[in-house]
Amino acid sequence: MTLNTAPTPSAVRHLAPAAHTKRRKGSSPYPYWFYLPAAVIYTALFLVPTFASFFFSFTRWNLTEFTFIGLDNFVQFFQEPALLKGLTNTFIYGLVTSSLKVVLGMLLAVLLTSRIIARGYLRSVIFFPVLLSSIGVGIVFTVLMDPRNGMINEALATVGLKGPAWLTDPAWALLSVALVDVWKGVGLATVIYIAGIVSIPQEYFEAAKMDGATSIKSFFNITLPLARPATATVIILSLIGGLRSFDLIWAMTKGGPGFTSDVIASVIYKQYQAGFYGLSTAGNVVLFLIVTAIILPLSTFLNRKEVEQ
Amino acid sequence: MAVRSKQRWAALAGGVTVLALALTGCSGGGSSSGSGGEKTITWLVDNAENTVTAAEKVAEEFTAANPGIKVDIETRPQGGDGDNIVKTRLSTGDMADVFNYNTGSLLQQINPEQNLQPITNESYLSNVADSFKPVVTSSGQIYGVPFSTGMAGAVLYNKKVYEKLGLSVPKTWNEFMANSRKIKDAGIAPIIQSYQTTWTSQLFVLGDFANVMTADPNFASDYTANKAKYATNPAAVKGFEHLEEAAKAGFFNDDFASTTYQQAQDKLVNGEGAQYPILSFALNNIKVTHPDKLNDLGLFPLPGDDAAKNKLTVWMPGGTYIPKSTKNLEEAKKFQAFIASKAGCDAQTSAVGAAGPYLVKDCELPSDVAAAVKDMLPFFEDPAKNSPALEFLSPVKGPALEQITVEVGSGIRSGKDGAALYDEDVKKQAKQLNLPGWN
Repeated sequence: MTLNTAPTPSAVRHLAPAAHTKRRKGSSPYPYWFYLPAAVIYTALFLVPTFASFFFSFTRWNLTEFTFIGLDNFVQFFQEPALLKGLTNTFIYGLVTSSLKVVLGMLLAVLLTSRIIARGYLRSVIFFPVLLSSIGVGIVFTVLMDPRNGMINEALATVGLKGPAWLTDPAWALLSVALVDVWKGVGLATVIYIAGIVSIPQEYFEAAKMDGATSIKSFFNITLPLARPATATVIILSLIGGLRSFDLIWAMTKGGPGFTSDVIASVIYKQYQAGFYGLSTAGNVVLFLIVTAIILPLSTFLNRKEVEQ
Repeated sequence: MAVRSKQRWAALAGGVTVLALALTGCSGGGSSSGSGGEKTITWLVDNAENTVTAAEKVAEEFTAANPGIKVDIETRPQGGDGDNIVKTRLSTGDMADVFNYNTGSLLQQINPEQNLQPITNESYLSNVADSFKPVVTSSGQIYGVPFSTGMAGAVLYNKKVYEKLGLSVPKTWNEFMANSRKIKDAGIAPIIQSYQTTWTSQLFVLGDFANVMTADPNFASDYTANKAKYATNPAAVKGFEHLEEAAKAGFFNDDFASTTYQQAQDKLVNGEGAQYPILSFALNNIKVTHPDKLNDLGLFPLPGDDAAKNKLTVWMPGGTYIPKSTKNLEEAKKFQAFIASKAGCDAQTSAVGAAGPYLVKDCELPSDVAAAVKDMLPFFEDPAKNSPALEFLSPVKGPALEQITVEVGSGIRSGKDGAALYDEDVKKQAKQLNLPGWN
């Protein structure tokens, strides 16, 4: 009698007859009780800790007892000498990784949606680094980037170039980690772009070809504008990830040498390591506010442009 | 109907598996009591090679003397990452039955009154030297016994290089720089630095402390009361400035930024580098990795300005503590008693040798101690010739010193700026400990 074409767990079958009688035309066929499991998990794992951390950021605590100290933690966090460098590095890191992922992702996606041999194999190869553990990638690249014995500098030496000290030169440390991050994350951007490009109807390309457009013209006039939703997604996801990035930087340089590749996340982690739990919670609240303050306007801007189209 | 029931069973089996996995994850770590009345206690130590070697021997001898109690050794990283693990495990009640950690100001940071078992009235404390007891005391209660020997923060040097170039042990900073210049001209790296292992970068500052105390005996108490600072105290800032000077003169090995602690020791014994400012427990490590070259090394204190008042900065050994969360208190106390006894010292000596004096009475040093240790002992025996490091005289120690000294040594920041930055850094620790005068 009921539309049970898919197998249902017993709980749903129990509720379905009741819902059947209460259902009004046009509204959802599922009762609000369906939201309950997801709501419980969301409240327990997201809402409660978020509000708890807002609370604890106003205290000095050592995990078992706390004393309320008002805004002192925030004042101290902003007086942190490494903070200014950490903020600048965070923005540089976020911008570099995000822009490289957008550009390289788009180019790779165009390549991988055209007619080339072993297209499926190449798609898997490009996506493979996304699946790897950041710590594993960090450790392997630290060895490869060793200034004297690392394979990267040895390979450059065979061509006659002297590679820089990737992770120990203060000028290069952050950029080296950003490049490894791009290597690891560009696969995801490519996959999103492939989905975007594949959804463009072929008629546009055929029409353009009949009008005599070169492939570059059709790229700029068809692919790029129509893949805008994919571009918006990639920008937002990679920017959020880049601003919050921690594990790769920690595995490769620990914020070093000195403080030159510190980002906000590693500044916060070091404070947590030293046992300043209230201070690091305040830092996390600040990071949350910074990321929200950047992403919300950006995503409204990008999505509005989409709608205008 | 058949399809539905099969999928129901699959869902049920999947759910039971997930539940079982979750429950095994929930059960906390802790000691298990073995079958047949045999107890096992867990012991958390750091993962340096000589610590693990010594710990394994001590555990073995303990079980031989106390059949029925086994000791399982767990390791944790050194430096900041290790501090993190110890603090987190103590806070969550998940610590091993006994664990090793620093003494002095670093002990204060793990909240001993709350987390550790006091042992003030235990009989085996009468075996522990009186000079050790203050560094494991908090609010009048004693918490730990000494593990390993006392050590010094000084300069290990390769005697063969010195002999070949006709150099003598420097007694002032200028002599040290002059020696280093001659070594550099001979094509050998004068001073080895190992910034890939960040804690080793602190020795120029921390090892200079005896010279600071010589110049200003009240520095430690003024520092704790927020009245003296590294940047403004002329004696204290020298540690940072010396580091900057040595870096600017190009006296470090070329690959100082990527050299690890182990690689630095290899360079020293092989003669690729001549001098290495480090804690003397490196000798224990070298005894395990390069036993035949151990006696090529000598030791001298970091020189100050006055040749006559050249003092050694000494470190008390780390301690072995019992957390309140242990379920095997009796066995843990027996283990502490063993470590604080002659049998405990002898076990450590037979495993890794001794690189300094033990802080347990009745413990003897073997006659074949390394040459560098022999250089060190006269400073230990005369109280006028040594000073405990700052972390034993003041609870104020900031977490970022190792990164700051890496910056100064790498030429990223000047010595004076580094000292000022460290003064800012210690404020956080002082406030966390609620010390008077800092708010």
